[in-house]
Order: sequence, then C-alpha cells, then structure tokens
Amino acid sequence: MSEALENKKAPREPLFSKKNKKLVTEPLTDNNPVTIQVLGICSALAITVQVEQGVVMGGAVLFVLVLGNLIISLLRNLIPSRIRIIVQLVVVAALVIIVNEVLKAFLPDVSEKLSVFVGLIITNCIIMGRFEAFAMANKPWPSILDGFGNGLGYAGLLILVAVFRELFGSGSLYGYKLLGSNIPGEEWGLYTMGYVNNNMMILPPMALIIVGIIIWVQRSRNKSLIEEH
Amino acid sequence: MAINKDSNGYTFAFAITLVVVVGTILALLATGLKGRQDRNEEVKKQLDILSAMMDVDKKGSEIDRSNAEEKFKKFVDLDKAIVLNNKGEVLEGVYDVKGNVVEGKAFDVDIRKEFKDKKRKAEHRNYPLFLGEDEKGKTLYVMPVIGNGLWGPIWGNICLGADMNTIKGASFGHKGETPGLGAEITQKFFINGWVGEKLTDEGGVFTPFKVVKDNSGATTESKVDGITGGTITSKGVEEMANRCLEVYATYFNNLKTK
Repeated sequence: MSEALENKKAPREPLFSKKNKKLVTEPLTDNNPVTIQVLGICSALAITVQVEQGVVMGGAVLFVLVLGNLIISLLRNLIPSRIRIIVQLVVVAALVIIVNEVLKAFLPDVSEKLSVFVGLIITNCIIMGRFEAFAMANKPWPSILDGFGNGLGYAGLLILVAVFRELFGSGSLYGYKLLGSNIPGEEWGLYTMGYVNNNMMILPPMALIIVGIIIWVQRSRNKSLIEEH
Repeated sequence: MAINKDSNGYTFAFAITLVVVVGTILALLATGLKGRQDRNEEVKKQLDILSAMMDVDKKGSEIDRSNAEEKFKKFVDLDKAIVLNNKGEVLEGVYDVKGNVVEGKAFDVDIRKEFKDKKRKAEHRNYPLFLGEDEKGKTLYVMPVIGNGLWGPIWGNICLGADMNTIKGASFGHKGETPGLGAEITQKFFINGWVGEKLTDEGGVFTPFKVVKDNSGATTESKVDGITGGTITSKGVEEMANRCLEVYATYFNNLKTK
C-alpha cells in the first residue's frame, strides 16, 4: 500500500500547493477517515454521547496525529519494515503518555477530562492507519498536513454525530439545556408539554445508525464514492 | 545505502535504540514531574472531600484547585479525623500491609492503593473518617468509599449530616469509565439521587442501597436511580457504597448506643 502512495507524490512543490491543500481538505469531505476509510469507528461509538467529549477527543487525536505523522515521517527511512507496526505503536503510546504526564503536572483539570481518552487514542485505528499508509511513505511536511486534515475530518464527524446524539438523547448541546430541563420538580421548556428524551440515542448502536445515515447521505450526493463490486 | 535495513542485526539495533530512547524520555519526564503531580493529587483529594460536604460551584464562593487548600483548612478538622477497621472500630493508627497497627494519619491513607493491593487482606483495609463543618458550623462526617466500575476503579466521598445518618452530599470519581455513560456518576443529577437517603433504619440497622432502573429512586427510600447505558458502573457504585458504608454505619451505631 505504501509504495502505491509514494508514486503519487511529486518532488519539490510549494508549501501550499494544490496537492498539499488537498491533503487537508479531502479528509474533511470525500476521503473522510470515518465515513469513507471507515477507521476509528470504535471510538466514534464510545464518545459521541456529548459534544464536549467529541471536541476533547477530536482535539487530542488531531494533536497526536500531527506530531506522530511528523515523527514517523522523519524516521521513515530508518524504520526496519519488519517491525514498523510496533515502532508506530511505540511512537503513539509514547506521545500520548508524554502529553498526559505534562498535563497532569501543569493542567490537572484538563488531564482529568482527557484521562479516559488516553486508551482510546492509543488504539485509534486512524492514527495507525495514517502512519502506515501515509507517513511511512511521505516527506514530513505533507505528513503534517495529512495528519491535520485527517484529525480535523475525524473531529468534525465526531462532533456531527455527537450533536444529534446529545440533542435528542439528553436535550442539550455542549451541556447547555436547549430544550428545557426534565429534572423532577423543576421542569421547564419542552418537557412541560410532555416531550421525552430518546434514550436510544444514548446507547452505542445509535451512533452506528447515525454514522450509517451520514455515509448514505454522503454517497448519494457523490456517486463516485460508491464502490463497485 | 550501506546498511542492510532488513538484516536481523539492524532490526535489533533499531528496536533497542528506540526502546532505550523512549524509555529514557518517559522515565526522566515521570521523575521530573512527580513532585508537581503529587501536589496536584493532594489538592484534588481535598477538593473531592470538600465537594461532598458543600456545593463547590455555588456562585460567589466557588471552590477550585486554587483555593481548595485554604477552604479545606477552614472546613475540615484533620486533628479529629480517625481511621476505622472493617468492624467499625477506631484504630490507634493505621494498618500497614501486614495488618500491624502503625502510626499514620487519616488523610495519608490511600484507599485506592489499598483496594487494589493484592498483598493486603480485605480486613486490613483502613477506613478513614473525616470530620468537618458546613458554613453554619454544623458537624459533617465524610466517608471515603472505593470500588470497581466497568473499566477500572471508581471512588467517592459520602457526607453525612450531624445526625450521623442522613446523606448530605457526595462526590464520585473514576479512572476510566466510558464518557457520557458510566462516567456520568460524577455529575450532579446522579449525586442528587443520593442526597437525603438514610444510612440506617430507625433501629440502627444498615439498610443497603439499591441502584434501580425503573425511575423509582427519587421517591423510594434507599433506592437511587442508575444511569442509562452505564449499568455496570451504576452497579459498581451500589456495591462500593454498600460494602464501605456498612463499616461506618456500625461505627456510628456503636457511638449512638454507647
């Protein structure tokens, strides 16, 4: 897989050439890591119950992906191919631990918020996927852009799914009660008229269904994305 | 290139170098930051105890990391804190790993470490009890609890009012419960379910808590509403509360009947 990508890369081009710009914009739409590459589905199921968590996780993955892509890309000519997956894993794990340790010492509140995601970041297949498919075969600068684009694409999708799940599942957005409050005794808003939250939305299967609907919408709008069998 | 990258020698050398470099960086980082991290942990512990005792988000008198230490000194009297054994008897010090009573302070007891320490028998766990007061000067009792959630340990502090029976507040924490599901035990709506519950019945017998799914928690005694999608964590809180609070209930009951 990596050789095929290497051929695509043209030598000596400006920092923000069309090709490089595409590295950032494509993962946002027609090459989204979640809906098209179908990577990182597991974490998309786990943490899209609230928008805030989608933002935190998206930010963390973006950071690790950019730095990790850079490191792997710098090392790409040194890494022995037989142990490359393990090397990639060590790089992700070390990055995540370093970030977490530094946060724990200087920004303990952020670290508490992030601590539960650490395991999810290390096992996120987008990170390993981009290392293996892109950073191993490309120069540092395109790799940084690729990491940035894919990180944004992932974060964007997480937030999109989370908006649906939080709004219909908990009646709030980013923790703000938009539809009113259903706490017994102090109800207001829609709940006084008999509106009920859809508890299905909070359960993991709903995330899959929403991602499925997004994939459906995306592919019916852009027929070239439909694979032929 | 002169070096054969596919040779065993190169592969080994690369792996060893990588591990040594990464290991050194992580080790240096961990030792270098340890002091600051421990300090943060201590403040967090104080903050957790305080948030069980009072509303730390109250407008105008918010308590956060920056002023937790000062408020902790004001509201909690560490000289009055005691350590119990699992029969609810007051210890003259604290249990060490082997079950000998040695000198120690209630605040320094690390229940999380003791709980997962396989070498320590369950009957040699320490049960610290903190005494404090609210803004009006009424006595409060704070009981730390520890248990298992779905993915890792969960813990909390449960605060009793001056009657040594009614729960006035609580705070829960966890290591790695699923965000949005099990991790919601730290949220107000779940904690509010515990406020007002009684530790014992009128005869002084401990009444175990039950975390329920049928929305009857708000109205029924010693029942608490669980979290949708967080059943195992909710059950973990139930088990944790029942196991730990029974010890304290015995102590309070002995105190009252004496």
